[in-house]
Amino acid sequence: MSFDLNTIWFALVGILFMGYAILDGFDLGTGGLHLFTKTDKERRIMLNAIGPVWDGNEVWLVTGGGALFAAFPEVYATSFSGFYMAMMLLLVGLIFRAVAIDFRSKRESKTWRQFWDISFSVSSILSSLLIGVALGNIAWGIPLDSDFEYAGRFVGLLHPYALLVGVTTVALFMMHGAIYLLMKTEDELQAKIRTWVNPAIIFFIICYILTTMATLLYIPHMADNLKEFPPLMILPLLNALAIANIPREIHKGREFRAFLSSCASVAALLALFGIGMYPDLIYSNPVAANSLNIYNAASSDKTLTIMLVIAILGMPLVIAYTSSIYWIFRGKVKLNSSSY
Amino acid sequence: MDLEILSRVQFGFTIGFHYLFPPLSIGLGLFLVIMEGAYMKTKNQMYHNMTRFWVKIFALIFALGVASGIVMEFQFGTNWATYSRFVGDVFGSALAAEGIFAFFLESGFLAILVFGWDKVKPRTHFISTILVAFGAHFSAIWIVVANSWQQTPAGHHIVGVGDAARAEIVDFWQVLFNPSFLDRISHVFMGAWQAGAFFVLSVSAFYLLKNKHVDFAKGSMKIGVVIAVVASILQLVTGHSSANVVAEHQPAKLAAMEAHYPESAPAGLYLFGWVDEEQEKVTGIEIPGLLSFLISWDASEPVTGLQAFAPEDRPPVNLVFQSYHIMVAVGMLLILLALIAAFKWKTGSLFKTRWFLYVLVFSVLLPQIANQLGWFTAEVGRQPWIVYGLLRTEDGLSASVGSGQVLLSLILFTLIYILLFTLFIFLLNEKIKAGPEKFELKEGHMA
Repeated sequence: MSFDLNTIWFALVGILFMGYAILDGFDLGTGGLHLFTKTDKERRIMLNAIGPVWDGNEVWLVTGGGALFAAFPEVYATSFSGFYMAMMLLLVGLIFRAVAIDFRSKRESKTWRQFWDISFSVSSILSSLLIGVALGNIAWGIPLDSDFEYAGRFVGLLHPYALLVGVTTVALFMMHGAIYLLMKTEDELQAKIRTWVNPAIIFFIICYILTTMATLLYIPHMADNLKEFPPLMILPLLNALAIANIPREIHKGREFRAFLSSCASVAALLALFGIGMYPDLIYSNPVAANSLNIYNAASSDKTLTIMLVIAILGMPLVIAYTSSIYWIFRGKVKLNSSSY
Repeated sequence: MDLEILSRVQFGFTIGFHYLFPPLSIGLGLFLVIMEGAYMKTKNQMYHNMTRFWVKIFALIFALGVASGIVMEFQFGTNWATYSRFVGDVFGSALAAEGIFAFFLESGFLAILVFGWDKVKPRTHFISTILVAFGAHFSAIWIVVANSWQQTPAGHHIVGVGDAARAEIVDFWQVLFNPSFLDRISHVFMGAWQAGAFFVLSVSAFYLLKNKHVDFAKGSMKIGVVIAVVASILQLVTGHSSANVVAEHQPAKLAAMEAHYPESAPAGLYLFGWVDEEQEKVTGIEIPGLLSFLISWDASEPVTGLQAFAPEDRPPVNLVFQSYHIMVAVGMLLILLALIAAFKWKTGSLFKTRWFLYVLVFSVLLPQIANQLGWFTAEVGRQPWIVYGLLRTEDGLSASVGSGQVLLSLILFTLIYILLFTLFIFLLNEKIKAGPEKFELKEGHMA
């Protein structure tokens, strides 16, 4: 591994997507859990727990996409056009989610609210699933021709491994969302959510073990970098510790720490994925020589440098106001006249 | 059906839908700053109620803008993959900068604007409003940088040949301040301010006609008239300078805007007309020499016409001609309306003249029409190029996407957008009918 511009940008794009997974992860997960509560008030509390932040969370995806376009245009072009129908479905999911959150409480009508509740939940699960399926395909490999164009079909993207990663993503986000909600709620609703957390963790751990086994069995190249550089083995270890720490913190009533543990676990998973892929960005299967990597897919050094300056100027600001927004809206959700 | 046509229709349709919302966010953003600023200065509770009402409307519009905006970022890659490979080195930076610099700012502080009334001090709230309005303007800057680079590419060189050719940055500042950027961004900003101003005027006029929320309506309307007058008159200036940049850098587009065919001859300006593209003739009312005069202050100066370009290098003429002419006509009408409103304000009859209030209620549509047609002129006029002079639209498509898939997604977007638009109008109508709430001032903190 050498720390050239391309590697830095590999890491930076990775960090943007990691930020997306940590932040939008819990609000996608909240969406997945939305229908488990039945009363209007509880649903409103769940919705308002993510109310002030979900939109900013989604910006991490938009910016990650923009950074991918700028730093690795070939990857952006190949994956977005290759996954055409999947991307369109993801867009439908994201559109419905956005308007469902915004429209839901704008009318009293029961049917109206029911419709948007279902839209919110289904679109959240669908979006998480599709994101996971995309990651699964990138690791498994997709058929690329010598022009780096996708040479397969939509159905080809739905093979068992990709679906497994998709379900694992849904499970991860639902666990993450449940822990976030635990932190933002109180009284009966919190007690109810508390009963969701353990099943969510167990479901995720099962998915995680299956994914890991499938990965080691069928795409062993994902473990090459770990073998070559054993100190990185600390990541799976950290991940295991972070997950194990969640029930402990919850048991002690320290929900914020439980949430941080959950964040750490999402980050460790994404880091593992990145390290597994490096230096490839999209693995080509069956012709590995057509893979897109951080060199053959990258923009010029000049652009990568300009972008680095933009990132160095911009990211501290982004982190500053993201954290101040989270600070301002800290604490338990209270409904008022400006709530959803 | 043809892949190129379908992809263009889909992009045009989705961007057209998206562009209903950002101009309103930009324009209303300016209003929110003025209204809340007036409250901060005068502590007059009316301005506080006014701000809170318009923040709610702003949030609804913003949500639709976000939902339809993410589609745009995806579509460069999904439908225009070859184009994305070609421009990524230049164009991608602008999009990424938009995300890092503008979107985080906008969406983060919007949370304080909408949900933070009781959570932060009035001053912090006001600063958040300023930052949201600034973010809305700033994101437009990056998008117009990217689009202007497609119109008047600069600061790049071409690397590779044939299918492997792509544009790479040579000078970032030249890319940023490419020849058309400054004129086009000011034109876009004024269009957005007009959209905001006439929207506020329309809602206020509606209340005055219904004799409801009268103080609120009068207060909003006064601010609306000021912005409408300023933006509409400045729009004439930015429109003129934008057209001059087109004349200098995109002569085929200018020729299509006025359907000027002779290879090189003094050109007139049509007030209106119809272009027969077969016969290369225009039927309509023309002021001879005016186009030449506007470009070079000399009515006899020759202007390059469409015949100077091979037929395959010309944009569709009548479509560009009509879009442009209707846009200009609407722009003139907006100036007239703004001036009448200012005159009536001065003579004290603005809030009483019912026919004029009716006109103002419907005037909300006019800037929207002009903004849409302005982009039509800019983008259709750029054809057959996707990057002017460098890459043809037909060569920018995704190689791995078939026309069946695009047809399917186009149908999908059409259905969803019809639903969204209907619901948007429905909810907007409900919000307007509900009117501004009254917030009483409490000791110590705001409302």
